[in-house]
Amino acid sequence: MSQESATPQRKAWREHPLWNWVGLLPFFLFIFIFLILPSLNLFTGAFTDQEGKFTLENLNILSNPFTLKSYIVSLQVSAITALVGGLFGFFVAYSITHGGAPRWMRTLISTFSGLAANFGGVPLAFSFIATLGQLGFVTVFLKGICFTGADGAEVCPFNPYDHGFTLYSMWGIVLAYTYFQFPLMILTITPALEGLRKEWREAATNMGATPFQYWRDVALPVLMPSILGAMLLLFGNAFGAYATARALTGGSIYLVPIAIGQQIRGDVLGNPNEGYALAFGMVIVMSVAIVAYTLLQRQASRWTRS
Amino acid sequence: MSDKRFNFFAIFWGIAALLYFFVPLYGTFDFSLRMERGVLGFKAYELVFADPRFWQGFRYSITMAVITIIFSVSIFVPAVYWMYLKVPQARPVMDVITILPFIIPGIVLVFGLIRTFSRPPLQLTLRPWSTDILMVAGYIIISMPYMFRAIDVGMRAIDVRTLTEAAQSLGSSWFQVLKDVIIPNLRIAILSGSLIAFATVMGELILADFLVRPALGPYMVRIGLTKAYEPAALAIISYSLTWFSLGLLQYFSSRSERQKQQVIEE
Repeated sequence: MSQESATPQRKAWREHPLWNWVGLLPFFLFIFIFLILPSLNLFTGAFTDQEGKFTLENLNILSNPFTLKSYIVSLQVSAITALVGGLFGFFVAYSITHGGAPRWMRTLISTFSGLAANFGGVPLAFSFIATLGQLGFVTVFLKGICFTGADGAEVCPFNPYDHGFTLYSMWGIVLAYTYFQFPLMILTITPALEGLRKEWREAATNMGATPFQYWRDVALPVLMPSILGAMLLLFGNAFGAYATARALTGGSIYLVPIAIGQQIRGDVLGNPNEGYALAFGMVIVMSVAIVAYTLLQRQASRWTRS
Repeated sequence: MSDKRFNFFAIFWGIAALLYFFVPLYGTFDFSLRMERGVLGFKAYELVFADPRFWQGFRYSITMAVITIIFSVSIFVPAVYWMYLKVPQARPVMDVITILPFIIPGIVLVFGLIRTFSRPPLQLTLRPWSTDILMVAGYIIISMPYMFRAIDVGMRAIDVRTLTEAAQSLGSSWFQVLKDVIIPNLRIAILSGSLIAFATVMGELILADFLVRPALGPYMVRIGLTKAYEPAALAIISYSLTWFSLGLLQYFSSRSERQKQQVIEE
């Protein structure tokens, strides 16, 4: 008897919509402890001084030449690899969607893009050392191209290391990052390119448009949000990367992640709170890139939806 | 006419892409065989496989990967299931949360974890086993975007509500619904999430490096600083691992795709 009357009551309490959220509690709890709490901790650290009082003082880290340089190099590397990888990836993606590349090439490239976009880390650095380092496969090959000069002496003009190139520099990092950047571009931009209808091109051609006019007035305006969005994604991808740069240069290059790493190992800035501000700045750059990517992607989906 | 020109354009960029893909891979393989002067051989691999620290790192990373996958699946499958069944309005929040690891780079996450968990009341970095808890938590966070997406896609393909109601009307408990109805239907999704998580953990450097645990990543960096040929061999070994898991993934997902196709055709 008493059980009968208790059941509906308990049910009513259980059917309250907020009760449903309780089922997600383990998930939110885990996220809170291991993602939100650490992030908040950095955030508050960035805005307090060593006595724990609120301050904006730490944002002055940008006046420190060491951190300023790391931000500049990081932004440069990210922008260059986003642009170069983005354009390269776009051309390749166009080739395998509309360009009429042979079928085997299409399959091979799309399979490899899926793999290479997940590459990175330490092994990628090793690969580039084995390929373009002092004793690397391509370096040795280029070094070996020799011929007899005008004065009878042997000249080998193609050794990249004679022309100021070194893999353990910003340009080496750009080359290595491009290895995972352009496949990521292929993966991100292909759906947008597939949304580009053949009929639009035919209609433009029928009305007498040149290929240039078609690209300027039809294809590029449609594709622009996707291209910009994808490039922003690439930018963020390079900006946050750590392991490849670390293994390639042994940590000798100024990048924000490397600077943060040095700060974690030992207080190189002399004030731990400035380290938090350094990390906080990185999150801001990443948020801008990823949020802009999401918004542009949403805009671009107008064309790919139907 | 214009078709022909574009064909040339396509082949040019296609070949450029394939060269960029393959030359570094070939270069790595070639380099890894050249340890002994004048002959091609597997000396570098022999040295790597003879190094006990390699096996230590390998064992440690595999153990961490398995633990990560177990906990990751047991956190995300029930959460996504519950979201589909009861709180669809939680989706925007979950979407934003699961994309956060892309916005918070690994190095920043580690910085935050160390700042938070190296002091009371939540001190975890004092002992190896408690540091490992922190490692697993970090790995779960880092692989969360992939794991969540994989389970989300899998869950979308099945009719969660009908399956649950059918199972419950036959007297199943929540746990039984999950274990006997939902998870068997999510096999491929869980497998693909797990394989990506596996590849991520095996190649991860930052967490293990800064929490000073003997994983494969820090071992590779150390070898890279002191040796010439072994790093190339290590890179090839590491690629084989990644490719094995991602290849397995493509095999299973294309097989399930074919099965679905067959069902539709029938």
